[in-house]
Amino acid sequence: MAYSAPDSADKALRMAMELDVFVGNTTIMDEEVYQLWLDGYTVTDAVSMRVRSGILEQWGACQAVLESDTTDHYRTFQMAERLLHCPSKLANQLLFQIPPQRQAMLIERYYAFDPAFVRELLGKKLSKGTKKDLDDVSTKTGVTLKSCRRQFDNFKRVFKVVEEMKGPLVENIKQHFLLSDRLARDYGAIVFFANIRFETGKKKLQYLNFEDFAFCAGQLIQNWTVGAVDSMVEDMDVDLDKEFLQDLKELKILITDKDMLDQHKSLVCTALRGKIQVFAEMEANFKNLSRALVNIAAKLMHTKDVRDFFIDLVEKFIEPCRSDRWVLCDVKAFLTQYMNSARALDAFKQQAIWERYMTVIRSCILKMYHE
Amino acid sequence: MPGKLKVRIVAGRHLPVMDRASDLTDAFVEVKFGNTTFKTDVYPKSLNPQWNSEWFKFEVDDEDLQDEPLQITVLDHDTYSANDAIGKVYIDIDPLLSSEAATVISGWFPIYDTIHGIRGEINVLVKVDLFNDLNRFRQSSCGVKFFCTTSIPRCYRAVIVHGFVEELVVNEDPEYQWIDRIRTPRASNEARQRLISLMSGELQRKIGLKVLEMGGNAVVGYLQCFDLEGESGLVVRAIGTACTLDKLSNPSAALLPACNSPSKDMKEAPFSEDPNPNTHSSGPSTPLKNQTYSFSPSKSYSRQSSSSDTDLSLTPKTAFFPLGPRIFLCPSSPTLSSDSPPHTNTIQLPLGSGTAHSYTPPQSGHANPVSLRKTVSFSEELLLAASGMGSGGSVGKEGGPLKTLLRQQTQSALEHREFPFFTLTCFPMGFLVHVGGVVSARSVKLLDRIHNPDEPETRDAWWEEIRQEIKSHAKALGCHAVVGYSETTSICEEVCILSASGTAAVLNPKFLQDGCLDSCSEHRLSRQPTFFSTGSEKGEFDIFLQSKDSSSMLGLEEPSPPSCGFCHIPYDELNMPFPAHLTYCFNCRRQKVPDVLFTTMDLPLEAAVTGKGCLIQARLCRLKKKAQGEANATAISNLLPFMEYELHTQLMNKLKLRGMNALFGLRIQISVGENMLVGLASATGVYLTALPTPGGIQIAGKTPSDISYEQHISNMQKKINETIAKNKELYEIIPPESIDEMIGSPIPEPRQRSRLFRSHSESSDEVSELDLSHGKKDAFVLEIDDADAVEDIHSLLTDAPLPTGFYSCNTEIMPGIYNWTSGVQMFTSVRVFRLNNTNLTNQGLNKIFNDLCENLLKSLYFKLRSMIPCCLCHVNFAVAVPEDELIQVAVTAVAMTFDKDQAQENLKLYVDKTLMKVITENEEQLQFPLELCSDSQSGNPFSPIKGTGLQENAGMHIVPSAQRATSVDYSSFADRCSTWIELIKLKAQTIRRGSIKTTSSLEKASPVSEGHSRLRSTTSNTGCTVAVVKMTPLSFIPGAKIIKYLGIINMFFIRETTSLREEGGVSGFLHAFIAEVFAMVRAHVAALGGNAVVSYIMKECVFMENPNKNQAQCLINVSGDAVIFVRECDLEALPVQPQTSAAQTSSSGGEVPA
Repeated sequence: MAYSAPDSADKALRMAMELDVFVGNTTIMDEEVYQLWLDGYTVTDAVSMRVRSGILEQWGACQAVLESDTTDHYRTFQMAERLLHCPSKLANQLLFQIPPQRQAMLIERYYAFDPAFVRELLGKKLSKGTKKDLDDVSTKTGVTLKSCRRQFDNFKRVFKVVEEMKGPLVENIKQHFLLSDRLARDYGAIVFFANIRFETGKKKLQYLNFEDFAFCAGQLIQNWTVGAVDSMVEDMDVDLDKEFLQDLKELKILITDKDMLDQHKSLVCTALRGKIQVFAEMEANFKNLSRALVNIAAKLMHTKDVRDFFIDLVEKFIEPCRSDRWVLCDVKAFLTQYMNSARALDAFKQQAIWERYMTVIRSCILKMYHE
Repeated sequence: MPGKLKVRIVAGRHLPVMDRASDLTDAFVEVKFGNTTFKTDVYPKSLNPQWNSEWFKFEVDDEDLQDEPLQITVLDHDTYSANDAIGKVYIDIDPLLSSEAATVISGWFPIYDTIHGIRGEINVLVKVDLFNDLNRFRQSSCGVKFFCTTSIPRCYRAVIVHGFVEELVVNEDPEYQWIDRIRTPRASNEARQRLISLMSGELQRKIGLKVLEMGGNAVVGYLQCFDLEGESGLVVRAIGTACTLDKLSNPSAALLPACNSPSKDMKEAPFSEDPNPNTHSSGPSTPLKNQTYSFSPSKSYSRQSSSSDTDLSLTPKTAFFPLGPRIFLCPSSPTLSSDSPPHTNTIQLPLGSGTAHSYTPPQSGHANPVSLRKTVSFSEELLLAASGMGSGGSVGKEGGPLKTLLRQQTQSALEHREFPFFTLTCFPMGFLVHVGGVVSARSVKLLDRIHNPDEPETRDAWWEEIRQEIKSHAKALGCHAVVGYSETTSICEEVCILSASGTAAVLNPKFLQDGCLDSCSEHRLSRQPTFFSTGSEKGEFDIFLQSKDSSSMLGLEEPSPPSCGFCHIPYDELNMPFPAHLTYCFNCRRQKVPDVLFTTMDLPLEAAVTGKGCLIQARLCRLKKKAQGEANATAISNLLPFMEYELHTQLMNKLKLRGMNALFGLRIQISVGENMLVGLASATGVYLTALPTPGGIQIAGKTPSDISYEQHISNMQKKINETIAKNKELYEIIPPESIDEMIGSPIPEPRQRSRLFRSHSESSDEVSELDLSHGKKDAFVLEIDDADAVEDIHSLLTDAPLPTGFYSCNTEIMPGIYNWTSGVQMFTSVRVFRLNNTNLTNQGLNKIFNDLCENLLKSLYFKLRSMIPCCLCHVNFAVAVPEDELIQVAVTAVAMTFDKDQAQENLKLYVDKTLMKVITENEEQLQFPLELCSDSQSGNPFSPIKGTGLQENAGMHIVPSAQRATSVDYSSFADRCSTWIELIKLKAQTIRRGSIKTTSSLEKASPVSEGHSRLRSTTSNTGCTVAVVKMTPLSFIPGAKIIKYLGIINMFFIRETTSLREEGGVSGFLHAFIAEVFAMVRAHVAALGGNAVVSYIMKECVFMENPNKNQAQCLINVSGDAVIFVRECDLEALPVQPQTSAAQTSSSGGEVPA
């Protein structure tokens, strides 16, 4: 019988297909293929992954069909990619007719990133050099190099656009890139970290994930930038409030003035007695801990020390506590009390600065304190 | 100076960076029309320039307005060197010339460059102030409406269907001019685009003139094509059906108070009081008569009359070589009968002198030509009612025997002149009486340089000849008209195959003669709107038409019920043009029907169908030796009949395999390449209840044979039987067997066994001895006598089954699916296959081609899987052989979702709803605009009212406040050319003048806005998002109602690249180009104020590549009708005037079952 095996025929046909396109009036975009494309798989890899998903059996299609479909989608995505670089263009371009909710999906997915990848890049300068080293990052994280590059370019693009923009950072990102609230916040964190270049790569910080840092960035943006104090000030959200950082050194009085330090300690101890498990350790360590926290504050006026902010928190505060086996609720109780008790210190005049400083420190430490 | 074109350049956006240093662009715009050019200021250093230019005014002839495109060029200013062109926009201003179409063009257009594609967008405003031209010898035909839709457009009523119009213009192809050697590819492409645009305009104008001469006001089923003849030139040709259309909405207009009624009266005037302006000129003494009919070249007249009894005497006068096998596809499968030739092939070989010498190809050694001729002569009488429907249709009221006589004379005179062809594929109820079958003609020509572009005589003569052929074929089938008519060409180097095909039909003479215009209009009002509105409604008529009282409702003494009447044979049973197998109609039992029916038209909506339909394709490749000139043409014409025969056989086999008995929308395409011919036939198979149940397929092996062979045969037979059974289940074909059994088959003549010969050398005697009957039915025998046949049966069985949830057809609607939901996805898919194996056999080639098509379909099903349950409608395949070893297949179709579950229960509901809709739609049409304008009533000044007072809905546009200052009121010149023709003919100018004045003033007082102003305002409200424009090859949009036609879209683009690899290879290049074409079509529609294109078609997609040079070029030609539609759910929210519905219910009450 002249019945050739369908697969070989398939292959022969595929080889000789010079041109194969499909264009719909409404652009058809398969979410699954889009994800494979975003993840940086080649057409061949994507096809075999789709085959494994059982789509062939489900639809009675053959491999050639899948290959044609995948190639077609990839081409569409490549054509649409330049529009995704400026998402607002996607809404008023004429080339692709894409329903609005679909546009939103495309943008959101395009700007989504791998937590593992972003963790590697957090705080690094988004420079050509960093981009060159992406293959290392790719090997380390298991994210394809292509996807790494896309994500890197996204970071850089967002960074470049909002860097010089006035007004609230996250709002700017949301408006300009039409991202969801959550994703815009994450990008806010990435931009913020990239701008200040916080050190996040040290071994001691490895246990922290992107979400921890993103939370901290949110706190810093909300409380320590210029826009945080006065929303009327049309200033950038990406830089910390220099004046505030200068003022922070005045907090030193808490540790330099011995009376105040003792008073502070007794206030905290009185309040916490019987309320925390590690009371004894706390009592013993209070001065060290307080010194650590105030010293961090005092150092923040130097840009270099700002970069070490997280490592300082870990080394000076989190690690000592952890070695004494503090539990999270004890840390919380201590920090709350430590912050609030300063109010009762009559001689302490820097209440506003203290509040502004400690709110952030407290929530950052709590977020970073993994038991 | 009858027209003033006004253009304003507003802004640009997303412009490309032209200055690398600053990453910006210093853009300015040149606006060119004819030979006049205006420029905007340079808007420095911006990618989003805001020119806000003044109004550029062009004062031009309306002839130029029709021919010339508006050309907008965006440039980058450069102080030191020449300005760089960014790109161009061509705007066809024709829609602005018709009062009922668009009133303003305003919107964002993609700036297109033939090398770089779309480069940003430009916002343009275009208006036309048209003055009236009293000169009736003028060359323009402004105001004639053009529709691509091959049915009477929705929201219009056909007052008169005048008939066939055709025209062609030729020119030198700029690509082949000497200057092309020294100019850039861009300049060459632009010259070509511009020329084709010009030629299309000219063609449309000329066709418009013909329509006006015929007394019509519109062309329906307008199909314009380009023949790129290379060295020999460029031909642009068009065919269409001239009609007098009347906007549907007058009945309810009367019921509405105030502002609308005057305009309604206006409109009624020329039509209802004297519905046919032609009647005045129909008397032979009227001097106008000559003018009216003089459009037909006299040569055709004389030639036709001399050749009316033979189709062989048509000899072209020219020195070209018309080598034409003309194939005549009989409806009732003549190829199947054992003792007749498959078809009549008459091949002409005029040997210089002009004497025709004809012979029949080897396989048809019988006396068919004789019988054919006989039929022709006898069918002369039948012709009486043929083509005169235009002139005769409406004169009933005038009555009087003398006039009738005169009219008949006119009519018969007319029919000698005209081709009684209709490019329509759908007809109003009762229009179509009988269908004979497919008639087609092909002719192979050698191209030669067109020496004088002003005298396109040879091309005219070629088509003339083919049309004559078609006409005589139709006559042979006892039919006086051809419907679903189309013409195509395939060109390879200097050889050109001209093809024409259509469906021979008998049209209702009563309808056309006896003043049944009223009944006609009544039908239209009561039924036609439903038909054209949405798919969800289309099917319902099957249901209650089968309840036999439907014919009484028709008000005609038509003996045949509409559900089966069209199937009844038009030819004489005792004197059949070909041997066919007749039975009594299974529906009415009164008349004879053939066993199989092939047609090129859409399934009439009243037809009774069992089950669902499906797409059936026959595919075929034939190798051909490379040859030059005459030898090549001869080789091709020798191959053609065999190809047609094979395709026909395949179609028939596949039809039987699906247990069906009729094909609709049959389209046979034969493309010629240097070393092969590719044939593709597509059609939609259905089971017509009126036709007999098709027999099975019986396989006959060769005798003598061994056991294993017999085993093999019986295996195959089993497979075939299984497939048939499976298909019947799939397509829900449950034929009324029981009835058949009871009545028996009342076949008068001795039953013939249908047999199919694979090889003609086979002696037929021994085979006919075999008992081939398949149960009670006649079986269809496939004889396996060689490897070819085995291959064929395989391909028959390996046609991939449709995935669950999918249906497909190439007609407008799918028989058996009624409840369309709103999901619509139009798409184009193109594949080019390279044949690597140089020594291919015919079989190998066939298999490759077959797989190519099958895989393409499979891919489509897979791509569209998210739409399930859905149906691919209007699947239109186009094959080409662009180069030696390339086969190109392009498909354009639309996937439409439907509601599977509600299929049964909701039918009745739909019927009711449909009726309600019919009843209410007229007032809705009026109320809609009224409602719209309530918010804008504050006495705004309007833009120049180009929309006349004659069509009450037309022509008013609320000017955005920014433009108010510049708008001038020309409303006193409001009436348009189209109406002037009527005016002159009616000699009632004074009366009309008066009423125009009243109307325009009234209109001013009561702003009648229209759908698109609302559309536009809503889009502007929602911000800068782009308005969605739907595109569909169908004439309707499911779940929606078309409220206005804005004009024809006919666009031609060239795209070229010299960096093919960088653009993603050929696929990347073509993908981008097709997407760009869609984008440009959508932008133009949106600028006209529309939200959809219906009857969209990609007529040409010529792709050429040279990978070695990293180059590729592609030409695409698309067309369609820009429309405004509104969702039905929106419409239903509108109140219905109770008294109207009551009145209309009573008039159409007869239709309602139960």
